[in-house]
Amino acid sequence: MFENTIFFSSFWDWFIIALTLGGIVGVIWLIIWVNKRPAKGEKVQPMGHTWDGDLQELNNPLPMWWLNMFYITIMFGLVYLVLYPGLGSYKGLLGWTQVGQYEQEIDAANTAYGPMYDKYKALPLAALVKDKDAVQIGQRLFMTYCTVCHGSDAGGNTGFPNLRDHDWLYGGEPEMIETSIKAGRQGMMPAWEAAIGKEGVKNVTQYVLSLSGRAEANPAAAEKGKTVFATTCAACHGPDGKGMAALGAPNLTDKIWLYGGSVESIEKTVAEGRQGKMPAHGDFLGDAKVHLLAAYVYSLSAKTEDTAKK
Amino acid sequence: MVEQTTYNYKVVRQFAIMAVVWAIVGMLVGVYIAAELAWPFLNFDIPYLTFSRLRPLHTNAVIFAFGGCALFATSYYVVQRTCHARLLSDKLAAFTFWGWQAVIVLAAITLPLGITSGKEYAELEWPIDILITIVWVAYAVVFFGTIMKRKTPHIYVANWFYGAFIITIAMLHIFNSAAMPVTFWKSYSAYAGVQDAMVQWWYGHNAVGFFLTAGFLGMMYYFIPKQAGRPVFSYRLSIVHFWALIFTYIWAGPHHLHYTALPDWTQSLGMVMSLILLAPSWGGMINGIMTLSGAWDKLRTDPILRFLVVSVSFYGMSTFEGPMMAIKTVNALSHYTDWTVGHVHSGALGWVAMVSMGSLYYMIPRVFGRELYSLALVELHFWVATIGVVLYIASMWVSGIMQGLMWRAVNSDGTLTYSFVESVQAMHPFYVVRTLGGVFFLLGAIIMMYNVVKTVTGAEPAKVNDIIPEPALAH
Repeated sequence: MFENTIFFSSFWDWFIIALTLGGIVGVIWLIIWVNKRPAKGEKVQPMGHTWDGDLQELNNPLPMWWLNMFYITIMFGLVYLVLYPGLGSYKGLLGWTQVGQYEQEIDAANTAYGPMYDKYKALPLAALVKDKDAVQIGQRLFMTYCTVCHGSDAGGNTGFPNLRDHDWLYGGEPEMIETSIKAGRQGMMPAWEAAIGKEGVKNVTQYVLSLSGRAEANPAAAEKGKTVFATTCAACHGPDGKGMAALGAPNLTDKIWLYGGSVESIEKTVAEGRQGKMPAHGDFLGDAKVHLLAAYVYSLSAKTEDTAKK
Repeated sequence: MVEQTTYNYKVVRQFAIMAVVWAIVGMLVGVYIAAELAWPFLNFDIPYLTFSRLRPLHTNAVIFAFGGCALFATSYYVVQRTCHARLLSDKLAAFTFWGWQAVIVLAAITLPLGITSGKEYAELEWPIDILITIVWVAYAVVFFGTIMKRKTPHIYVANWFYGAFIITIAMLHIFNSAAMPVTFWKSYSAYAGVQDAMVQWWYGHNAVGFFLTAGFLGMMYYFIPKQAGRPVFSYRLSIVHFWALIFTYIWAGPHHLHYTALPDWTQSLGMVMSLILLAPSWGGMINGIMTLSGAWDKLRTDPILRFLVVSVSFYGMSTFEGPMMAIKTVNALSHYTDWTVGHVHSGALGWVAMVSMGSLYYMIPRVFGRELYSLALVELHFWVATIGVVLYIASMWVSGIMQGLMWRAVNSDGTLTYSFVESVQAMHPFYVVRTLGGVFFLLGAIIMMYNVVKTVTGAEPAKVNDIIPEPALAH
């Protein structure tokens, strides 16, 4: 009967069926066996045993409403097991599976919302940013998928970039933002302590501080750090420390610090390196939603640009 | 032997007092973590005080320390008095007391340190698990040994339930805690992936079914007829609901894993059996409440009886709610929300704690040979506790259903209406009400503690009645 058993052997199908149905039949037998109704006018008597001085038992009949409820739940259970999977590999008359239910719901959503998303997908980002509805959908998607790391206001957190400022690790053009969301990004700052030593870490940190004009920079150490910077850091961060979007190497001359701007944090970054990870969302969300998210994120910096101009 | 003419009340007294002590400890931790959820700063960034570490401490303290001590105390009392026999071995009984307290203290130390197996309600690491096994085997020997030497021809119904509880918990504990130790305080489960989840919830739901239900039904079957002075309503009903309950409960675990990697067939069986469980559960409620027929008026004047009967009503309510929540479509809304938390507490506070409190109020004066210090304080405790339960479960119902509805609400563009954090924000007022409910319930336990201390330290008016009756001539 079970050529398509999901187990190693169809023995287990029969095992499950026997235990389940045998158990339910056993319960029914138990009720019938014990259920004796008293004759009309018969008075309920104690069972005749006494424990601990005065503990006794009457033997009232099983309440009818309770009994009926019991039978109804058993009937419901049996019917359910005919309609739905439950008895081993038996699939049930309705052919229901949880995967099937999921796929059905996804299909229904795609049918209902697909045309709208297709329409937005066809629009270029520059136009999409100006479409209020599109930006609102983008924001709602953002609230579901992005806020855990980037925050509800897109203001970021330590290790997770602020998306409202104008500092872009991988470039702030709408297309670059879309690529970041779609394909993800792997930030890769190597650990340098082994190569440049503890002293080198301290010196280069002082030099990095001086790049953004931080007053606490120790000029002597910064001067020493400058040589280290030129040989180890400049390849990615550029000779002037302005960073390189192609590699995601941050600009070190502004006052924006992804992993914290204290001396300790910067020293830790240089000594131990940092691994930033923006997960790829393309396969998961599909092109249209990524497109709308990119429009929303781009609109955030576009808005702040406007305010800056004012 | 002179000793054999009396019951062993010493171990009953010890467990009874510790039940009251652990109730306060466990509920205090519960109130604290409830407050942490409402005001997260309360963990003060101290790892030992974080919700993640105190939550298992709370559950272990209320279930196994408070509930466990109440079960040990009442089962030792009931099995002796209904078997007309002293416990099989005083030494072994004393070992179960000290062994169980050691387990509790070890739990209270290791859990805040973050030592955990990560299995809900079975967090304790393998050395403690082994100690639990040894204590439990000793418990079974004492309990069943006493049944074996009984002087009464029949085994009283309360003992069926205590017996089922002891045997099944042994089986569940051993299978679910099977693990491979790596160090003294770290082990990995013997099962992997979805099998581990299934074994865990087979254990987890039957910890509810056999620890928190069967054991406490044993309590109900002794203390309600005793306090009401009425015979048990129906022997017939007790047979049907006992066997149907223990058969059906053991299948119900998969309803904790609806819409997960668990195969469809397993989920369905868990759901079907959970529904069939409704009637067997209500059988216990009917037998408890109907035992009062002919003595309903006592509810007006006797707060101890009220504790017992209201607990059975809460039992009926949560055993109706449980099967409903096990239905896949309902579960799709209720799962992972506060509704579950509310459901658990309507059982844990309303049923388990209140039936224990009623039983302890009955038993403590008798095993200490003293008058209860104040019935008025029992009355006060009853009302404070009831208000606490109602605040707790009502707030969690509202919060849980709201949460479930917020999570599934969608806009006309197919996006989610609420972000997760908005649902968290919406829950805040209910978290405050829940904390308040917990404070009420804790306050009740403190009143009880005061009453118990005054009772046992009061003047001894009469000798303890621990004389075993002579066997009746008829038998």
